[in-house]
Amino acid sequence: MSGHSYDAEKYWKANLRLIFGSLIVWALVSYGFGIVLRPMLSGIPIGGTDLGFWFAQQGSILTFIGLIFHYAWRMNRLDKQFGVDEE
Amino acid sequence: MSQFAINIMFVGGSFLIYILIAVWAKAGSTKDFYVAGGGVHPITNGMAIGADWMSAASFISMAGIIAASGYASSAYLMGWTGGYVLLAMLLAPYLRKFGKFTVPEFIGDRFYSKKARLVAVICLIVASLTYVIGQMAGAGVAFSRFLEVDSTTGLMIAAVVIFIYSVLGGMKGITYTQVAQYCVLIVAYTIPAVFISFQLTGNPIPALGLFSTHLDSGMPILDKLNQVITDVGFSEYSADVDSHLNMVLFTLTLMIGTAGLPHVIIRFFTVPKVADARWSAGWALVFIALLYLTAPAVASMARLNLMTTVYPDGTAAEPIKYEDRPQWVKEWEVTGLIKFTDKNEDGRIQMYNDASDAPGTAFQAKAEARGWKGNELDVNRDIIVLANPEIANLPGWVIGLIAAGGLAAALSTAAGLLLAISSAVSHDLIKGSINPGITDKGELLAARISMAIAIVVATYLGANPPGFAAQVVALAFGIAAASLFPALMMGIFSKRINNTGAIAGMLSGLVFTLSYIFVYKGWFFIPGTANLADTPANWVLGISPLSIGAIGALVNFAVAFVVSNATDEPPVEIQELVESVRYPRGAGQAQDH
Repeated sequence: MSGHSYDAEKYWKANLRLIFGSLIVWALVSYGFGIVLRPMLSGIPIGGTDLGFWFAQQGSILTFIGLIFHYAWRMNRLDKQFGVDEE
Repeated sequence: MSQFAINIMFVGGSFLIYILIAVWAKAGSTKDFYVAGGGVHPITNGMAIGADWMSAASFISMAGIIAASGYASSAYLMGWTGGYVLLAMLLAPYLRKFGKFTVPEFIGDRFYSKKARLVAVICLIVASLTYVIGQMAGAGVAFSRFLEVDSTTGLMIAAVVIFIYSVLGGMKGITYTQVAQYCVLIVAYTIPAVFISFQLTGNPIPALGLFSTHLDSGMPILDKLNQVITDVGFSEYSADVDSHLNMVLFTLTLMIGTAGLPHVIIRFFTVPKVADARWSAGWALVFIALLYLTAPAVASMARLNLMTTVYPDGTAAEPIKYEDRPQWVKEWEVTGLIKFTDKNEDGRIQMYNDASDAPGTAFQAKAEARGWKGNELDVNRDIIVLANPEIANLPGWVIGLIAAGGLAAALSTAAGLLLAISSAVSHDLIKGSINPGITDKGELLAARISMAIAIVVATYLGANPPGFAAQVVALAFGIAAASLFPALMMGIFSKRINNTGAIAGMLSGLVFTLSYIFVYKGWFFIPGTANLADTPANWVLGISPLSIGAIGALVNFAVAFVVSNATDEPPVEIQELVESVRYPRGAGQAQDH
């Protein structure tokens, strides 16, 4: 793999875009909904507490799992598409 | 059968399984020893990472901490799971493609510098060794309570078991043992939680029970808990924190610290392909989440059960008489982890918040009017999980299971850390610097000897924990966050960062973070040398020493960037190395070095 071809660059850019998008969601559910934006979500009740509390103790973890599997699935597909996967 | 016999049966039985696995998975080569031959299935690896990651801190302490401070402790839940997102996207696949055995090896090769490799080795050993002390001490406590031996004897038993399966099997033995340990610890953690959730809410899934209705009162369980604890002067369980900034930084420190801890990273070297490294991170988080989603339910329900035990007729009525206290209180009193002092000499257990920060003086006046002269029951947070089945009156075999689970959590993490330390010594120090010509067989022997020495040192430190044992979390995560994570990430995502920049960055991140911790906790944790009292009023911008690692990481990034741009760019072959780790093709060949 020389890595200098046009396609290789496109592959890396696509990877960076995917990481960037995932990390925005990652930050939004934990630092956003779970901490900083919690007072704004306090109007949405969830069994004895509010949505922010749920995100801090449950929702963010569930989202993290989804993010990693989504990333793995998309990247493994990109690997094949750009022909950089392992045979 | 007595409880003691049941405990022996569960603990002894689980140990026998670990040793049998180790004999079956004996390591034959350095590749077996360091990366289990590189042939571990991603789901198996995910489970092993789960056991490796979930330490005595996750299993024994975390729920206790959450029970005590409620929402404010969510930082642990998010921080210790969110790091896996960073690992899966920013480190694991590329380091797997690089295809070597240790973390310092990547730093040394990428920054073409033995000095950088040495800095990484030192960071790795300090972070891992401080971490392992807590594991050994935790195993000692679990042994002394459940096997009724003193904690030093307990520790020796633990050391011998770890010695057998890690020295014999290396990563291969540890990986398959950890799979068994994961099963033991998750079953042990979940079963009491399911029983208790069902008892209190009628919902057998703890994560859902947490947001369900409390059967006895008809209120949502968190409302009920808020009401009970505010009645006796504590702040609300779901109350917001004073400083969002501090909570954000603490969570961030735990996340990047998690991603930078070497004993977790090396697990991704054991899978056959780059694609598997990505799947592995996902599976690891699934297995970790099974415990982490349950922990907050265990925490709030245990707190409510504890309050109901002390105030059986509600908080408006008088609390329970000391002579009527349940059996589990008596048993834990023996260990000194629960303490009763009858301050107002009425023979009843008044448990309430008598601290000056109790909300409003109205409550203090009320307590005085009731003839209360201070809180009379001190409960150590660490017993919440271990005593949980007893508090809820669960059968004896559940208690035996908890004992085996707590030990599995402590032992599996200790083994992972010891392997990271021994591979840094034998591979990075001995083969990398002292004797590069060493044979595979010689290196394997060196690895086994350094593992044995690491176990002896860890056992000694576990039996005689230095005064700063409680501060190790700040230290281990601070170091990993401020030094290792940024260096690894920049090594992959930038071709411009050179040797001078990386070393300057690592050292300044490290010095900054350690200084901030030492100013509040004492220099090198020597008592009496702190410059400022460790209170929120003294912290810069309200940032606690526990949260400073995230800022240290920023310092590392900034310094490395500025210094690298002021000096020559890395040689062409290094830029090609960076290029090659970014593309998965060819990982198989790269590994056979």
